[in-house]
Amino acid sequence: MARTPREPEQSVPPKQSTQPSPLSPTESANGPQPASERHTQDGRTLETSYELPGGNLRKSLTIIGRTIRKEPRVYTAAILISSTFGLFTVAVGRVIGWITDTKLIPILSGEQSGHSIWLGGAVLLAVIIGLVLSIAFRRISASYGVFNMQAHHRQELSKKFTTLEPKWHGKSSAGKLLAHVSSDAEAATAVFNPLPFMLGSVVMLVVSFVMLLAVDVWLAFAAMLIVPVMIAANLMFQKYMTPAIERAQRLRGEVSEVAHESFEGATLVKSLGTRNQEERRFSEKTQELRAANVRVGIVRAMFDPLIEALPNVGSLLVMVVGVWRLSQGAVGPGDIVTAAYLLSLFAVPVRTFGWVLADMPRSVVGWNRVATVVDTQPQIVPGSLHVARSSSVPLSVSFEHVGYTITDDSADVTLLGDVSFVAPAGKTTVLMGRTGAGKTIAVSMIARLWDPTSGTVRVGTHDVRELSRTSLSEAVSFVSQGSFVFEDSIRENVTLGHDYSDDEVWEALEVAQLATFTRRQTQQLDTPLGEGGSNLSGGQRQRLAIARAIVRRPAVLVLDDATSALDPQVEQAILSGISKVGETTVVMVAYRSASAQRADQIVFLDEGRIVGSGTHIELLESLEQYRELVNAYDNNDVELEVDADE
Amino acid sequence: MSNSESSIASASDLGVFATIKRGISVTPEIVTGIWVTLLLAIVASAGKITVPMAVQRALDSIASSGADGVEVRDIAAVSLLALGALVIAGLCTAALNVRLFRSTEAGLAHLREKAFSHIHQLTVLTQNTERKGALVSRVTSDVDTVSLFVQWGGIMLVTSLLQLIAASIVMFFYSWQLALLVWATFIPFVIALQPAQKGVNRAFTQVRSRMGAMLGAVSEAVVGASTIAAYGIGDRTQSKIDAAAIAHRDSAITAAKKVAVSFSGGAFAANLVLVIVVIAGAYLGVAGEISLGSLVAFLFLVQLFTGPVQLATEILNEMQNAVAGWRRVLAILETPIDVTSPAESAHAVASGPAHLIVENIDFAYPAGPKVLDNVSLNIAPGQRVAIVGETGSGKTTLAKLITRFSDPRAGRILLDGLDLRDHSEEDLRRRILLVPQEGFLFADTIFNNVAYPLRAHGMQSHMELEERVRGALHALELERWLATFPAGWDTYVGQRGDKLSAGERQLIALARAYVCEADLLVMDEVTSAVDPATEVAIARALDVLMTNKSTVTIAHRLSTAQNSDVVVVMDAGVVVEVGNHSELLAAEGRYSQMYAAWIAQTHNA
Repeated sequence: MARTPREPEQSVPPKQSTQPSPLSPTESANGPQPASERHTQDGRTLETSYELPGGNLRKSLTIIGRTIRKEPRVYTAAILISSTFGLFTVAVGRVIGWITDTKLIPILSGEQSGHSIWLGGAVLLAVIIGLVLSIAFRRISASYGVFNMQAHHRQELSKKFTTLEPKWHGKSSAGKLLAHVSSDAEAATAVFNPLPFMLGSVVMLVVSFVMLLAVDVWLAFAAMLIVPVMIAANLMFQKYMTPAIERAQRLRGEVSEVAHESFEGATLVKSLGTRNQEERRFSEKTQELRAANVRVGIVRAMFDPLIEALPNVGSLLVMVVGVWRLSQGAVGPGDIVTAAYLLSLFAVPVRTFGWVLADMPRSVVGWNRVATVVDTQPQIVPGSLHVARSSSVPLSVSFEHVGYTITDDSADVTLLGDVSFVAPAGKTTVLMGRTGAGKTIAVSMIARLWDPTSGTVRVGTHDVRELSRTSLSEAVSFVSQGSFVFEDSIRENVTLGHDYSDDEVWEALEVAQLATFTRRQTQQLDTPLGEGGSNLSGGQRQRLAIARAIVRRPAVLVLDDATSALDPQVEQAILSGISKVGETTVVMVAYRSASAQRADQIVFLDEGRIVGSGTHIELLESLEQYRELVNAYDNNDVELEVDADE
Repeated sequence: MSNSESSIASASDLGVFATIKRGISVTPEIVTGIWVTLLLAIVASAGKITVPMAVQRALDSIASSGADGVEVRDIAAVSLLALGALVIAGLCTAALNVRLFRSTEAGLAHLREKAFSHIHQLTVLTQNTERKGALVSRVTSDVDTVSLFVQWGGIMLVTSLLQLIAASIVMFFYSWQLALLVWATFIPFVIALQPAQKGVNRAFTQVRSRMGAMLGAVSEAVVGASTIAAYGIGDRTQSKIDAAAIAHRDSAITAAKKVAVSFSGGAFAANLVLVIVVIAGAYLGVAGEISLGSLVAFLFLVQLFTGPVQLATEILNEMQNAVAGWRRVLAILETPIDVTSPAESAHAVASGPAHLIVENIDFAYPAGPKVLDNVSLNIAPGQRVAIVGETGSGKTTLAKLITRFSDPRAGRILLDGLDLRDHSEEDLRRRILLVPQEGFLFADTIFNNVAYPLRAHGMQSHMELEERVRGALHALELERWLATFPAGWDTYVGQRGDKLSAGERQLIALARAYVCEADLLVMDEVTSAVDPATEVAIARALDVLMTNKSTVTIAHRLSTAQNSDVVVVMDAGVVVEVGNHSELLAAEGRYSQMYAAWIAQTHNA
C-alpha cells in the first residue's frame, strides 16, 4: 500500500489545546480564490486575470495576443523577418523559373553562350544569401520571443512565491511549485517557436493563392481545400490533446513533489533503511507520467502524419483537377506545372500552421497552470503607510480586543478571544501559558504573519495593517522557534542583503553569543553555510537567527520560543546584550521561570484568553495556574546545553 | 575502505554519441524493437517520396505530350496509387511513432527511477553538495528534455536520412555528374558541422545547469517562506530568483543563436546546391550530357534532397539540448557511492540488544584535520551510554560513524562481532537506528508517518499496521495526547509536519522509532526546551523506547549523563574520560569540571 501525500477528506479543525504552528494552522479555508471573486482591499474588482478565458479558440487567441503585447518589438521584428523569408522563398522559385526560361533553354538550344549562366547564378546566389540571412534572423527573433516570455512567466511566479502569506505556502508543496517554474513556464511558451514563422508565412500564402487564382479558379480552390481540412483535423486534435497534456503536466508536478519531499527527508530514509519504499512511491508517479506521455505521443502520432500528408494530397488533387481542366481546354500544360510549383510554396505556411496548432494545447495548459499561482491574491496585503523611524527608539505594542476565530463547516474555533494588553516601549514582556494557549498566534500578528479576525494590533500608534511592508519589517524583528538558514555566508544570513557594516554584523553576533564560533571559522564572516543550515547545530542556528534580528536594531523584538535550544545563561546574556546596544521592546514567548523572573511584565494566556498579568512575584502569589506551570517546569529538571563554546 | 567524499558533477563529460550510447546502455528499453521501428521508417520514407516523384513524372508527361497525350483517367489512376502510398506511409509513420514513444518513455521512466535511487544511496555529505531543487531537476526537467525531443521529432531524423538516401539514388539516375556535385557541395558543411555542434552542445549544457540553479533558488524561497515574510525580504528573494531566471534566459538565447547559425549554414549549403546545379547543368547541357527535361527534373529533385538536409540539421541541433539534459542525469549515475553495503551480510546477524565495539577509529572530513583520533569504545548489550563534550569534540561525527553514514578512515566498528561494513544494508538498518534532534515528517497523517517504516519493510495488512501503531502509542503513553486531536491519528501534519509544534513532531518521530524495534539506538538529544507537558511526554517516551536496547546518546544535558550507565567524555576528537557519573566525579577530571560549571549556572539563573 503506497503512501501518497494528501490531505484527509474533511478539513481538520484544530484541537483546543494545541498551539497551532504559525506556519499553517489547521484551517478550513481553501486554496486560491476563484477568479470571479478577486477584489482588492477596497473592493474594486481586478482586471484581467492571468488565466485564459473562454473555449479553446479564445484561449489560443488570447495567448497569442497577450504574448505579442508583452514583447511587441520582438514579435514585430519576427513577423517582418518571416515575411521577408516568405518573399525570398518565392523569389528563389521565380528566379529559377527566370533562369530556366531566359538562360537554360537558350543555352541548351545553342542560342546563347554558356557563360551567360553566370549572371543567372549570381542573381540566384544573391537571393539565396538574402534567404539564409532571413532564416537566421527569423530564428533568433523567435527565440527572443520564446525565452523572454518564459522569463516573464517565471518572474510572475517568483513575485507570488515571495508575497503570498505563509499560510498559502503551507498548502502547496515545494515540488509542485518547482514544476510550475520549470515545466509549465516552458510549456506555456512552446507555441511561440513556430508562431512568428507562421504569421510571416501568411505572405507566402496570400501571394501564392493570388497567383493560383490568376492561373485558374478551379485549381486555386483545389489547392485551398487543404486549409479547411487541416483546421477541422486540428480542432479534433485539440479536443483529444488538451486533456492528455493537462494530465501529463499535472503528473510532472506530482513527480516533482514526491522527489522534493523524498530528498528533503533523505537522511531519514537512509537511517530507517526505507529507500525501497521511497523508490516504490516515486516509481508509481513516474509510471503514471510515462503513461500520460505515451498518451500524448499517441494522439500526436495519429494527427501528425495527417497534417504532414496534406500538402502532398493537395498536389495530387491539383494534378487531377489540372488535367481535368486541361482536357476542357481551360488551362495549358505549363499552367499545371506552375500550379504544382505554387502549391509547393503554399505547403510551407500550411505546415507551420500545423506546427502552431499542434503546440497550442500544450501552451494553453502550461499557461493556465502558471495562472493558478499568479492569480492567487494575497490575503495579507501590506498597507501603504511609511513611517520613518530612528533606530534605537523602541515602540510599544498594543493588542486591542484582538481575536482570532477560524470558521469551519462544523463549528467556529476561537484560538484567541478578546486579548488586550500593552507591551510598554523598551520593556520586556513575556507571554506564558500551556501549549495551545494562543501565544504563537498572538505574537505572529505583531509581524503580520497572521491578521486578527477582530480587534487591532498596534506597533507604536499605528495599526500594523496600515504600515508598509518596509516600515513594519524595519520596526519589528520576528524570530521563530525553527530558524531558517539560507545557503549563503554567515554575513549574508545576518544582513539578509541589507547594508550593514561588518562592524555591525560582528556586534550582532557578539550579542547573540555567536561571535566566538564565527571567529573560529577560517573564513569567519564569509563562512558558507549549507542549505538549511546543515553544518550548524540547533543552538547555533537559533543564535544566528537572533543575530539576524538584532542587527536591524528593531523597535520591537519578538521571540517565539527562540531561545529554546540555549541554556539560561546564554539566553540572559543575549537579552542583556540586546538592552545594552539600544532600547528595544522585547515580546517573548517563553517557558522558563528564569525568563519570567527577568521580565518586566508577564501576560498569562489560557485557551486564548488572558487570565492574569503582572510580574513574576505578583503572579506567583495571585494566579494558581501560573504557579503550577512554573513549578512543573522546575520539577522537570530541564537543564540545557553543555556546549561551552559561548 | 571508502575513500574521500565525492561530490555530484554538474554534467557528464561524454560526447554526444557517447552519451547516447551510455544512455541506451543504462536504459536499454529505449531501443526495444528498434529494428521493426526502423523498417517502418523505411517504408514510410519510401511512401513519402513516392508522391513528389509521381507528381513529377506526371507533370513531365503532361508538359511533353501536351493536352492530347494525357488522359484524366490515367492521371487519376496514378494519383490514386500515390494516395495509397501516402496512406500506407502515414499509417507506418503513426505506428512507428507510437512504438518510439512507448519504448522511449519506458526507458526514461526507468532512468528517472535509477537516478532517484542512486541519489538516495549517496552519502549525506555527497547529497549536500547539490541543492535540493537542483537534485529534483535532474529527475524531472532534465529527463523531460529528452522526452520532449522525442515527442517533437525524434524519428524525423531517421526518416530524413532515409529520404536523403532515396533522393540521392534517383538523382544518380538522372545525372551522376550533378549528383556528385551536389554531394561535394555538402562536404565542407558536414566538416564544419562537428565543431559547430560541439559549441551548441556546450551552450545547451550551460542552459540546463542554469535551470538547476534557478530551481535551487526557488526551492529555498519556498521552504523558507515564513522567514522571508517575517523579515520583509520578499523583494530581495524575488530578485535572486529573477536573476536566476534571466541567467537561464540569456544562456537559452545564446544557445538558440548558435543553433540559428548552424541551421542557417545548412540552409545555405542546401540552397547553394541550386546555384551549382544551375551553372554546372548549363555546361553539361551544352556538352550534351544532359537534356533540358532532365535538368528541370533534377532541379526539382534537389529540393527533395535539401529539405531533409535542413530538417536533419534542425533535429541534430535540438538533439544537443536533449543530450545536455541526458548528461546531467547520467552524471548522477556516475557519482560514486562512498558507502556501499554487500548484498548479504557476511554471516547471519544476531538480534537483541547490541554489543557495539568501536576499535581505534580515525576520521577526517575531506581536506580537513582529524576530527576523531584513535577513538575506542565498548558498549555492552543493553547499556545506556552518554557522550558529552563541547561542540567540535567529535561526538556528532562519532554518532554518524556508528550509524554508518560514513566509514572511518582507520579502524573499525563491530556490531556483535561483525564489522558494520560487512552488514547488508537491510540488516544494518534493522539493528541500528538514528533518532536525530529534529524528526522529519512527511506531508501525511500521523498514522502514516508512524507506520512508514513498517510499510516500507513489507507490512501490508491494515489490521497489522494498526496493531503495531497502537502498540507504539500505548507503550510510549501517547494515547491521551493523541486523543486531543479530533481526527486522532488521521490528523494531517502538514508540509514537513509544520502543523505541529517541534515537541509534537518529536513525539511522532519517537513513535516511529519505536515500531522499528532496533537493537541499537543512536540519539542526538533533543535540546529544545518545549513546554513542560510535552517535555514530560518526550522524556517518558524516550525511557520506554530505550528499554531493552543498547543506546548511545549525544547528551546535551548533564542530567542525561547522570542517568546513564556509562559516560564518555570527548574533547577535540579524543576520548578523555570513560566511566559512570559517580566514578567520574570522584576522578576530578574533565567531567567533574563540567559538572561544577553546570551546578554554578543553575544556581545563578
